[in-house]
Amino acid sequence: MTLTLTRSGRRAAHGAPPARWRGKKVQGWLYAAPTAVIVGVLFVVPLVLVVWMSLNRWPLLGPARFNAPDNYARIADNPLFLDAVLFTLKYTAITTVLLSSVALGLALLVQERRPGVGFFRTAFFLPGAVGFAAAALLFYGMLNNDFGPIDPMLRALGITHEPVKWIGTPNMALFSTIALVLWRFAGFNMLILLTGLQAIPVEVYEAARSDGAGRWQIFTRITLPLLRPTLALMLILSVTGSLLAFDQFFIFTNGGPDNSTVSMVMVVYRDAFFRFDLGGAAALSVVLLVGLVGLNALMMRRLR
Amino acid sequence: MTRALTLSALAVLFLFPLVWSGWASLEDPSNYLEMARFGEGLGTYATNSVLVSAMTVAGTLVVSALGGYAFARFDFPGKNLLFLATLAILMVPYATILIPLYVLLGFIGLQNSLVGLSLVFVMFQLPFALFMMRNAFEAIPRELEEAALVDGCGTFRAFSRILLHAVRPALVTVGLFAFLASWNDFFAPLILLNDGSSFTLPVAVVSMTQRTFGAIDYGMLQAGVMVMAVPCLVLFIVLQRHYVRGFMSGALRG
Repeated sequence: MTLTLTRSGRRAAHGAPPARWRGKKVQGWLYAAPTAVIVGVLFVVPLVLVVWMSLNRWPLLGPARFNAPDNYARIADNPLFLDAVLFTLKYTAITTVLLSSVALGLALLVQERRPGVGFFRTAFFLPGAVGFAAAALLFYGMLNNDFGPIDPMLRALGITHEPVKWIGTPNMALFSTIALVLWRFAGFNMLILLTGLQAIPVEVYEAARSDGAGRWQIFTRITLPLLRPTLALMLILSVTGSLLAFDQFFIFTNGGPDNSTVSMVMVVYRDAFFRFDLGGAAALSVVLLVGLVGLNALMMRRLR
Repeated sequence: MTRALTLSALAVLFLFPLVWSGWASLEDPSNYLEMARFGEGLGTYATNSVLVSAMTVAGTLVVSALGGYAFARFDFPGKNLLFLATLAILMVPYATILIPLYVLLGFIGLQNSLVGLSLVFVMFQLPFALFMMRNAFEAIPRELEEAALVDGCGTFRAFSRILLHAVRPALVTVGLFAFLASWNDFFAPLILLNDGSSFTLPVAVVSMTQRTFGAIDYGMLQAGVMVMAVPCLVLFIVLQRHYVRGFMSGALRG
């Protein structure tokens, strides 16, 4: 009896629910019920459904028929998808390297609280408040040879002499898309890194400086190692986001020229809504899902 | 000095596209008139977007406030499982469950429906929102609601009369993130809506670039960009503090 009292007393002191509420399981469930319904119906069920769909011939209209493992077997002879895998990996590698370098540079430039720094932080982040679709359309107009301002500016400066094919060749289309992504996401990643930079105690820098460390030494020996968890988080977000790229290629390059900028998710979309093959699209989704969850787990283990 | 120059040059680089788009759209005000007449008309698309955003924000706030309270203050069977399942939404790539969601919404009669789309947005917002709200409720001293309970309030009255006021900053943050996500998202409405009259702004404006006949009207396109971007820019500047706070405490750790 005494023991129970002491225990419950201690639990209350640690912030566990008081006895009055502990019995009210039903009430707890009632408050949690909307969450449970949303998560159950709109997340768990689709997760099961996508696996089931991938085992069936599932046309956009008409009845489904079990055909496992045809949808998976056909992935191997889907040249568009195999090309898209290679392209998306290339895009992810380039984007992640450039995006993290630019974001780190911006974060270092605005990390100290000085007058005016707030303006620059906001300026760099502001493109991140614009939706990605709107940003892609903005660049679509800005880089248009007849309408956009960039071509005339480059010509006036004598840098180019004829219209630049911004999305006219595979390499330029990739280059322009990466410019769009850097503009839209650099500030967002800068903000992530700023939270990490601000968590490094000032004393550590002071100690290093009094030991005679130069700026470069401080950066490589102190800032980078202490920033590692934040950098890891940014890398994971950037890799995941890039592997799932869709909007930029659908809106800005439309997969072109000659299907050279078709990303993996674009193939899923095409299979489902242009080839009306939902089963095939589901199989691709399952492959992507397993691949990404595995990659995330791997990255978290290696980087953290 | 070099630092100031670098910063200024970068700020110009980052702000230039926004300034140009605004200028290009306003250069000829008829761009906006053209835009208003495009397809089903700007009124239809803007109304759809506002409806979807409003339903998403309201739905996310209600579900995550109730759920956050449950997770902060009650013990119930399946609590940990439900929390983990909610956080797992973050692990699963967004794009991969939209195809089954399209089929599922067809089963329950919510395909091509703004309500269905909003429910999907609420689901995608839940991991962040629930995490934020749970932390906000946990930060409230228990004495506050115990006093109310002693005074004879039920838990729901304590919740709605007292606790909701105390977590207002978290509600603003959750609402802001829900608005930005639902107002701007392109992929989910592209897949889940298939009738022009139910399109939201991003899908409608993108369709301006994909006309088979006639040239693309770039001025009208930038007017569309501005209609989508300006509300977000204004909200972001006004609520910047809330954005950054949510970013630090929830978006990152989630």
